[in-house]
Amino acid sequence: MLAMNYRGPYRIRADRNKPDPEILHPRDAIVRVTRSCICGSDLHLYHGLVPDTRVGMTFGHEFTGVVVDVGSEVQNLKPGDHVLVPFNIACGSCPFCKQELYGNCHESNPEATAVGGIFGYSHTAGGYDGGQAEYVRVPYADIGPFKIPEGMDPDDAVLLTDVLPTGYQAAEMAGIKKGDTVVIFGAGPVGIMAAKCSWLFGAGRVIVIDHVEYRLDFVRQYAQCEVYNFKSIGDPVLFLKKATDFYGADVCIDAVGCEAEGSAIQTVSGRRMLLQSGAATALNWAINSVKKGGIVSVVGVYGPTGNLVAIGNVVNKGITIRANQASVKRLLPKLIEHVQNGFIDPKAIITHKIPLEEVAYAYRIFSSKLDNCIKTVLVP
Amino acid sequence: MEDNFRHIKGWGVDADPRNEPTYPMKHYTGDDHQRLNYERPAQQPADVEILKSNERPSLSAVFGTSTPPSGLSGIIRRKAFSQSEGRLGHWMPLILADRMNVIEGLIDDVRNGYLPNFFVEKGWKAEVRYNPVRFFGKIVVAALVTTAVVTLMVRKKRRRHI
Repeated sequence: MLAMNYRGPYRIRADRNKPDPEILHPRDAIVRVTRSCICGSDLHLYHGLVPDTRVGMTFGHEFTGVVVDVGSEVQNLKPGDHVLVPFNIACGSCPFCKQELYGNCHESNPEATAVGGIFGYSHTAGGYDGGQAEYVRVPYADIGPFKIPEGMDPDDAVLLTDVLPTGYQAAEMAGIKKGDTVVIFGAGPVGIMAAKCSWLFGAGRVIVIDHVEYRLDFVRQYAQCEVYNFKSIGDPVLFLKKATDFYGADVCIDAVGCEAEGSAIQTVSGRRMLLQSGAATALNWAINSVKKGGIVSVVGVYGPTGNLVAIGNVVNKGITIRANQASVKRLLPKLIEHVQNGFIDPKAIITHKIPLEEVAYAYRIFSSKLDNCIKTVLVP
Repeated sequence: MEDNFRHIKGWGVDADPRNEPTYPMKHYTGDDHQRLNYERPAQQPADVEILKSNERPSLSAVFGTSTPPSGLSGIIRRKAFSQSEGRLGHWMPLILADRMNVIEGLIDDVRNGYLPNFFVEKGWKAEVRYNPVRFFGKIVVAALVTTAVVTLMVRKKRRRHI
């Protein structure tokens, strides 16, 4: 089959000789992929920042597809069902899944205990080949996959597998109260969704900080929020303090993660020398910009080692940090309703649809932010 | 549970099940206190080598079978998994193995009669199309730096011979 094939940092290819996936467990399904996105967090793999990313692996954790085969224990799916597949691989029966922490399943990743299994996200997340392929093996098919509702646009459906739930959970974890000022660092797809979703929780003011002008323009229109380019406002923390009457934002959301720009020391030590798990610039800005007793919600992805973070300020300001991988399955019913009610239009963020054969071209466009790229969908 | 703590005066008087800081991500059920004593899904057979974190007692019930460890990078990966996830001794060797694996991948390609097309694999077509000035600028800078380094090395070598 045709599949994306990782060959090393910044180097991938479309491989026509990848063996088709097989049923390896009675609760598996095989899905023929109809849409597969490139996620901002795929870029961490593409840039060689995630440990145990092996040559030959296929990435992709945001996909929809048609079920073509199911294992003997799968009851609620049958061949022909068109499904959206959450990026979390979750068993549904461990204590974490039972408590709806589907992103923290204990039965899907033998290689690390800190993270559950994720499709196509290195061996640190379980060693599964992902959905940037014609076919993909989906474990626990009776738990994760969700039949795409009648009439739903597949482009909306594919964005319900990760980007919208992650943006929504960022706002949810932030504990936004009516009238709160919410600052979101990062105008990538997740930051855009977090801005949009913050209004659903009653935010009084939503501010997005980034340095990519076309993305700031997009989020300003899409999420009706204030936007600022950190390259033109001086010290972003001071700017935000002034913008909030020297009080600090009620909540801050880090939707950037380990590839943040804006601090030379963080960039050199984290992204170039790998002395820390990427650059924690956005996280530090969030900690320093939030009010005393405020909440910092983190959905940006960081590596497993450690980061230079202003933990003293967290203690002294009494900040609550809330973070997790999105629990997609928990959020899907509510988010599908929001999409159907017209509160959110996920597909509006798709700027590029590219054939899977041109996966290397697609990654480069997304990675280098070329052609005003916000979200890329691969079509096998 | 109360019975276990009867000897502690006031045990649990202020416990408030609503005070769950991870809500709403987590719907607290108390299952945490059962630890790993739950009914596990059937075990997927391990037909390929799977490296297991030493922070868990056994393989998870399912796992990916993509790209099992092999070659020199595989040896490094196996060593890395003898360390727990909290140690740099676990992660840094894995990054080293990843880089080693890139070279192994190139060797495999050539051995299989496949010559990688770097221009395509690095997606440079996109850079040429949408960002030609910066892209060709980078090439010029790289060429100049390489020329300067080679020239310096040649001069040094000549001086040694004199």
